[in-house]
Amino acid sequence: MTARAQTGAPPARSSFALLRHARYVIGENPVTGIAFAIFVLLVVAALLGPLVTPYDPLASDTSATLRAPSAKHWFGTDQLGRDIFSRVVAATRLDLGIAIFSVALVFALGGLSGIAAGFFGGWVDRVVCRIADTIMAFPLFVLAMGIVAALGNTVTNIVIATAIINFPLYARVARAEANVRREAGFVMAARLCGNGELRILLTQILPNIMPIMMVQMSLTMGYAILNAAGLSFIGLGVRPPTPEWGIMVAEGAAFIVSGEWWIAFFPGLALMLAVFCFNLLGDGLRDIVDPQRRT
Amino acid sequence: MDAAVGIPLLEIRDLTIEFATRRGKVRAVEHVDVSVAKGETLGIVGESGSGKSVTSYAVMRILDRAGRIAEGSIAFSGIDVKAAAESDMRDLRGREISMIFQNPRAALNPIRKVGRQIEDVLLRHVQAAPRDAKAKAIEILKQVRIARPEERYHAYPFELSGGMCQRIVIALALACRPQLLIADEPTTGLDVTTQKAVMDLVVELTHARAMSTILITHDLGLAAAYCDRVVVMERGRVVETAPSSVIFTAPSHPYTRKLMRATPRPGVSLRDLLPDSEATPPPAPAAAADTAPLLVVENLVKEYPRQGTRKSLFKRKAAAEGPFRAVDGIGFEVGRGESVGLVGESGCGKSTTSMMVMRLTDPTSGTIRFAGEDIGTIAARRFATLPQRRRIQMVFQDPTDSLNPRFTALRAIADPILRLGDIRGGAALRARCEELARLVGLPLDLLDRFPHQLSGGQKARVGIARAIALNPELVILDEPTAALDVSVQAVVLNLLQDLKARLGMSYLFVSHDLYVVRMLCDRVIVMRQGKIVEEGPTEQVMNAPAADYTRELLSAIPHPPV
Repeated sequence: MTARAQTGAPPARSSFALLRHARYVIGENPVTGIAFAIFVLLVVAALLGPLVTPYDPLASDTSATLRAPSAKHWFGTDQLGRDIFSRVVAATRLDLGIAIFSVALVFALGGLSGIAAGFFGGWVDRVVCRIADTIMAFPLFVLAMGIVAALGNTVTNIVIATAIINFPLYARVARAEANVRREAGFVMAARLCGNGELRILLTQILPNIMPIMMVQMSLTMGYAILNAAGLSFIGLGVRPPTPEWGIMVAEGAAFIVSGEWWIAFFPGLALMLAVFCFNLLGDGLRDIVDPQRRT
Repeated sequence: MDAAVGIPLLEIRDLTIEFATRRGKVRAVEHVDVSVAKGETLGIVGESGSGKSVTSYAVMRILDRAGRIAEGSIAFSGIDVKAAAESDMRDLRGREISMIFQNPRAALNPIRKVGRQIEDVLLRHVQAAPRDAKAKAIEILKQVRIARPEERYHAYPFELSGGMCQRIVIALALACRPQLLIADEPTTGLDVTTQKAVMDLVVELTHARAMSTILITHDLGLAAAYCDRVVVMERGRVVETAPSSVIFTAPSHPYTRKLMRATPRPGVSLRDLLPDSEATPPPAPAAAADTAPLLVVENLVKEYPRQGTRKSLFKRKAAAEGPFRAVDGIGFEVGRGESVGLVGESGCGKSTTSMMVMRLTDPTSGTIRFAGEDIGTIAARRFATLPQRRRIQMVFQDPTDSLNPRFTALRAIADPILRLGDIRGGAALRARCEELARLVGLPLDLLDRFPHQLSGGQKARVGIARAIALNPELVILDEPTAALDVSVQAVVLNLLQDLKARLGMSYLFVSHDLYVVRMLCDRVIVMRQGKIVEEGPTEQVMNAPAADYTRELLSAIPHPPV
């Protein structure tokens, strides 16, 4: 399409400017820099995962069970003698994967229906808002448990459940943002240029809402990881012996009383760092994408 | 300088204000000297970015965090404002110096009754005791000529008109009988007749109290009509200071002369607004077209449901008065190659009319015939994708708001061509956009920029290029220069006239400013409350207005004494 060919050239320049701007924001606020560093670390662990771990995360070693952290086993070993460091690193891919897919799904469902609701109003608005209200009427974690229990105990269903409970958050933010832009001059100008309503929604409104949605996505990413781990912790979703932070914390919890704190502590720490990273990233992303900060 | 009696009330010496930004320190104001004598009205005139507002913020010491006074001194009746403690400044603000801002509605607390807001100020500065505060507040409302003050005491800002809100703000500013009033563009966004009423009130009240006033404005006419002395600022520097009678008859600085020239006033043509060096002879008008009118509007009506008549659970008011008629049975014609001005104050229905002609809003009844075809019956929602769309285009009021912040200038101009035009392929499209850019005088290297990287005038040019991209026959100009500085306005108006002559388009020019309309239009339609009160050739309407309302509009526009 010619439209795409036309827009192709300028973004190259603007993404360079964005990079420079990002460097400025990180320089202003080192916490954002730390968050980005953790993010890069997480992504590397998720991509390379099992390739870089010193031990096989699933291999048990009965001769070395419940060892405290040492030079040989950095994070110690669990009750079956599995290396916890290897398991924590290997779990990154699964946990991050669940979070990314559920956030992508909820953005497609909630974000787009919210924008449509805000832009078209009328019955579309009423339907989307009532769906969101219905979901909000339940305690969200209990709803997620119910969905996974009903649909079956698989990773796909965790992704779906996480997406559904985040639906209202996305639908409402997108609706509010689309609503204020509905009567904007550039939307009217687009109508004069012969754009149909659906095209205005996708080419005029959506790109302007993307920055806000990106921040929203970063913030819910942390929540999605926590939610997936929480479901695994209570025995839904991922099953042992698959390395997953939630299960590992659940398994290790029993050993804390007897003094083997490291089994639950390190996966918990990884979980905390991941959530912490995505929440901080949200703040930084807002600063980077907010044009008012770009003077 | 006029004879200053004793010590001036406010003395600004060698003031330099710096703002810390990404690209290092930026000086918004450099070495400015201003003094205001007791009882004097001083005008600070300049275009956007001239530092006029920043100077006044420094006087109140309400610069935002990035800004600071780098050099110089500000003395207010002997107090050093730069060194004063924050607690002293708090007492000074409101009691000794007060300020009126541009947008009166934003300056008022939306969820507090206006009477209570006046009381708040009185109580804060110990001007009233709790028991007599209400009586004093009503007394003040009476002084700013608010009709039925006892009733309006209980009104919320949203229940009052813009002019009325500005009166409340003036009431707030004057409640503690300050010695200095700073009015920062107090009438921008108000209608001319309201502007006159508000300014007359400010002058009367401040004179009665022997107060000093600083009037910050971009409007030379306003400054001339109401100020004793005028300071002209350009890019953070004072270029000229003189009594207002002198500055308009014998401006000494070239910048003042340029500003003077660019201000629309009686008896000048569009070319006169431009500096001599930029004024090229206008192109010969396109050949006289055929006589059938391009646009015929008959008996056009737009009704909106009245507030509170909608069915609601708690209130079920009977719709006794019927729906509100924003446009009430108007009819007019626009010939080919003609430009017609549609003039009126806010709420007169001129924008609604233009939206209906534009086919962005559906009329309640009436016909809109465009080139012989009744387009009024086609639903607005469907019209966007029809081939007729390319024949009627529009230039919007706010150049910033009407450009998608995520589209480059090139993409914005190309949009109508992509949707409705017949040029395909990247290279041909770019060539056409460059041709349009040259036509509207937009430098080609700006085509790849985003709106926030362009100035107001450049954005206006992008908007115009987009509107003429499809060679429309009718272009509706909705106050296309209202958001621009006078010198930019002069250039844009000339551009519009040249384009019309070159491309043979018809214009429907919607505006509140009769002087601007006068220069660009062949005929004028004056609207009031949804009806046409006067219609005729521009010269006739301007020189011998038949309707009282037109006369009132004309007399309300302040203009420099030329």
